[in-house]
Amino acid sequence: MVIANLRHQIQQKMSNSNWPLWEIFIRSKNGLAHKHAGSLHAADAKMAIENARDVYTRRMEGVSIWVVRSADIVASAPADKDFLYDPANNKVYRHPTFYDIPPEVGHM
Amino acid sequence: MENQNLLEKFQRYVDAENKIEAKDWMPDGYRKTLIRQMAQHAHSEVVGMLPEGNWISRAPSLRRKAILISKVQDEAGHGLYLYSACETLGVDRSTLIDELLCGKAKYSSIFNYPTLSWADIGAIGWLVDGAAIVNQVSLQRTSYGPYSRAMVRICKEESFHQRQGYEIMIALAKNGNAAQKKMAQEAFNRWWWPALMMFGPSDANSPNSAQNMAWKIKRHSNDELRQKFVDMTVPQAEYVGLTIPDKDLKWNEETGHYAFGEIDWTEFNEVVKGNGPCNKQRLQTRNAAHEKGTWVREAAMAYAQKQSERQKVSAA
Repeated sequence: MVIANLRHQIQQKMSNSNWPLWEIFIRSKNGLAHKHAGSLHAADAKMAIENARDVYTRRMEGVSIWVVRSADIVASAPADKDFLYDPANNKVYRHPTFYDIPPEVGHM
Repeated sequence: MENQNLLEKFQRYVDAENKIEAKDWMPDGYRKTLIRQMAQHAHSEVVGMLPEGNWISRAPSLRRKAILISKVQDEAGHGLYLYSACETLGVDRSTLIDELLCGKAKYSSIFNYPTLSWADIGAIGWLVDGAAIVNQVSLQRTSYGPYSRAMVRICKEESFHQRQGYEIMIALAKNGNAAQKKMAQEAFNRWWWPALMMFGPSDANSPNSAQNMAWKIKRHSNDELRQKFVDMTVPQAEYVGLTIPDKDLKWNEETGHYAFGEIDWTEFNEVVKGNGPCNKQRLQTRNAAHEKGTWVREAAMAYAQKQSERQKVSAA
C-alpha cells in the first residue's frame, strides 16, 4: 500500500516534470520580424514567456517575445526537399540579373 | 477623445524613427488609415493580375510566357503579404475582400485601363511597375513595422518586373521593325499619363497627406515621388527612341528636374469614381473568380474537418 502510494507519487512527479517544449521567437527591435531563438520547457504559456525572458533576453536581445508550443509547429520533411524546391531551380528569370539593362539608362 | 499624453508620446516615438508594431498603442486614425491604405495596396496587387493575365496565353514566345506567368504569380504573393500585414491591425481578410468585391474599396486606378497589344505588357512592366517601385521603395521606411517588412520583400521581388518590361520595350521600340516601333509608341502613349496619375492627387489637393506624413505612414509627398519617376523614366524612353506624349516636357537646368505638363485630373477622378474603361469588367472578373472558387474553399475545409474527426476517432 505504502509502496503503491509512493510509486503513484513518483509517477505524478515525473509527469509534472515533463513540461511541454516551447519554441521561442524574439524581436530584437521594433521594425524587425521575430526570429527563432531556441526552445525551452515550461508548464504553460505564461511560464514560457517568463523563462524565455530569462534565457534569451538577458543582454537586451529583445523587445518582444513569441512562444509557440513545439507540438503546434508543422515542419516540412527534409526528404521532401527535391519536390518542394526543384521547380524554382530552372526559373532564373525570376531574378533581376537575368535581364540586360543598358548602363546608359541608369539604375533599374 | 484620445489621451493627449498618449498621442504626444506616440508622435515623439515616431519622430525618433521608431517602428510601430501590432501590439503597440496607436491612434485610431493611424490604424484606420493603415488599414485603408494597406487593403487598397493589397487589392491593387490582386486586380493588377488581370490586365497582364490577358496576355499569358498570347505571349510571343515560351520565354516571354514563362516570365509573364512568374510575374503575375508574384503579384498574387504580394497581395497575400499585404493582406496578412493588414490583418495584424485586427481586421479580417474576408472583410477586406468583401469590400473589394462589392465595389466599396478602392484599388489603383491604373488597372482599369485595357491591355490592347503585347507592347502594353512591356509598358506596364516598365512604367506601372516602375512607378509602383518608386512608391514602394519610399514605403519601405513607413512607420508601421509589418507594412515596412512587406514592402522590403516586395521591392526585392519586384525589380525583375520592371526590367522584363523594359526588355520588351527595347525589343520593340529600339530593335524592332517599323510596325513594332509604332506599336511600342502607341502603348507608351496609352500608359504614360495613367502611370503619372498612380502617385495620386497633387500635394495641393491631397488633404490627408500632412497627417500621414507626420505619422510617417507616407515618407515622401505624391508630387515628390512623381517627379522622381519622371526624372528616371525620360532618359529610359529616349534610349529606346520613344517620344514622351507631353509637349510641355522640358529639362530644367535650374531645378535639375524635368518639367512636365498638367495631368488630366478629370480623367483621374472619373476612373477613381468607377468610370474608367475597365472598372466594371475588373470587378466582374474578380467576383466571378471568387464565386467559382467557393466550392474549392468549402471542400478544403470539409476535408480538414473530416481528417481531424478521423484522428479523434482513431485516438479514442
